[in-house]
Amino acid sequence: MNLYANDLLSSPIGLLLSLLVGTGFGFWLERAGFGSSRKLTAIFYLRDFAVLKVMFSAMVTAALGLQLLAALGKVDLAALYVPESIVWPQLVGGLVFGAGFVVGGWCPGTAAVGLASGKLDALVFLLGAGAGSLAFAGLQPRITDFLHAGTCAIGSLPEQLGVSGATGAIVLLVVALLAFAGATKVEHIMSRRT
Amino acid sequence: MQKPYWNPYLAGIGLGLTLLVSYVVLGTGLGASGGITRLAASAAHAVAPAAVERNEYLGGWFADGNPLAYYLVTMFVGTLVGGFLSAFAAGRTTFVVERGPTAPAALRLALALVGGGLAGLGARFALGCTSGQALSGGAMLQTGSFVFTGACFAAAFALAPIVQKEWR
Repeated sequence: MNLYANDLLSSPIGLLLSLLVGTGFGFWLERAGFGSSRKLTAIFYLRDFAVLKVMFSAMVTAALGLQLLAALGKVDLAALYVPESIVWPQLVGGLVFGAGFVVGGWCPGTAAVGLASGKLDALVFLLGAGAGSLAFAGLQPRITDFLHAGTCAIGSLPEQLGVSGATGAIVLLVVALLAFAGATKVEHIMSRRT
Repeated sequence: MQKPYWNPYLAGIGLGLTLLVSYVVLGTGLGASGGITRLAASAAHAVAPAAVERNEYLGGWFADGNPLAYYLVTMFVGTLVGGFLSAFAAGRTTFVVERGPTAPAALRLALALVGGGLAGLGARFALGCTSGQALSGGAMLQTGSFVFTGACFAAAFALAPIVQKEWR
């Protein structure tokens, strides 16, 4: 059983293991080049699709791994924490967040890696993100209805569509492979235009 | 001399295995914005304790004890550590304001602050950022994660021409 299901995430051992998981997270983000805001934002000018390649590879690896471990009986997917699917605030939040991503040049995790690499703009971004979080806290009591608008009783898309999680993970793999092929093609075209 | 970045597919698989370990061992995915929110709340609490404790969203964390004794806070610290180790090993640690060749540093920093504010706000609406929502929720094939990710990239692509000078 995992730490979350045993309510041990914020116990000393949970805090320590989270620190170690976070270390792996930061390491791989930096290896991918995500300690650079110019590299991150290059996708929005169709110059470098590393963001898409890394994110899709990671998502597919974890999705297939989770489905495989579940099929082998090694992991109980129902015992994992996943954020609720609440469509309207997640749509609006995604739009606001995406604006922040291209204007600020970072997302929260990559900004941490940027700061660790010495990027002063990452430090300023993180200060802004802290302020934005506090602004939300001030706003929250006034918008509680909206924050629950479009709550999905079933959070998983494959389950909503009546197919298995394994099918969903395989579809995600196929979509990722198509996206990789398309992204590589666009990169070639754009590099010739310089 | 800076070493080249690793192959994006390889780095993605490494990141995906880290996420898988997170789910199996911790029982939850990766996250970054939640730790930032708690750090910000603690900073605000040092300045205005009564206002923060009265707040519906933040108050409970202080009633329960120390808001920083939380797994997303140590995960955020770990992200800094792992990022530093990798950057240092590759010779990629330099103090710099990263920006496009014609963008003034002051403009870049101002936009970093505005962008950070929007990202921090948007992540709280969405119950997570690109780590907790897009990546971790996406790996669990959550509808809301796909909605968030689609909206995020749509907005970023739409606004990219306006801030082109900042980057290219």
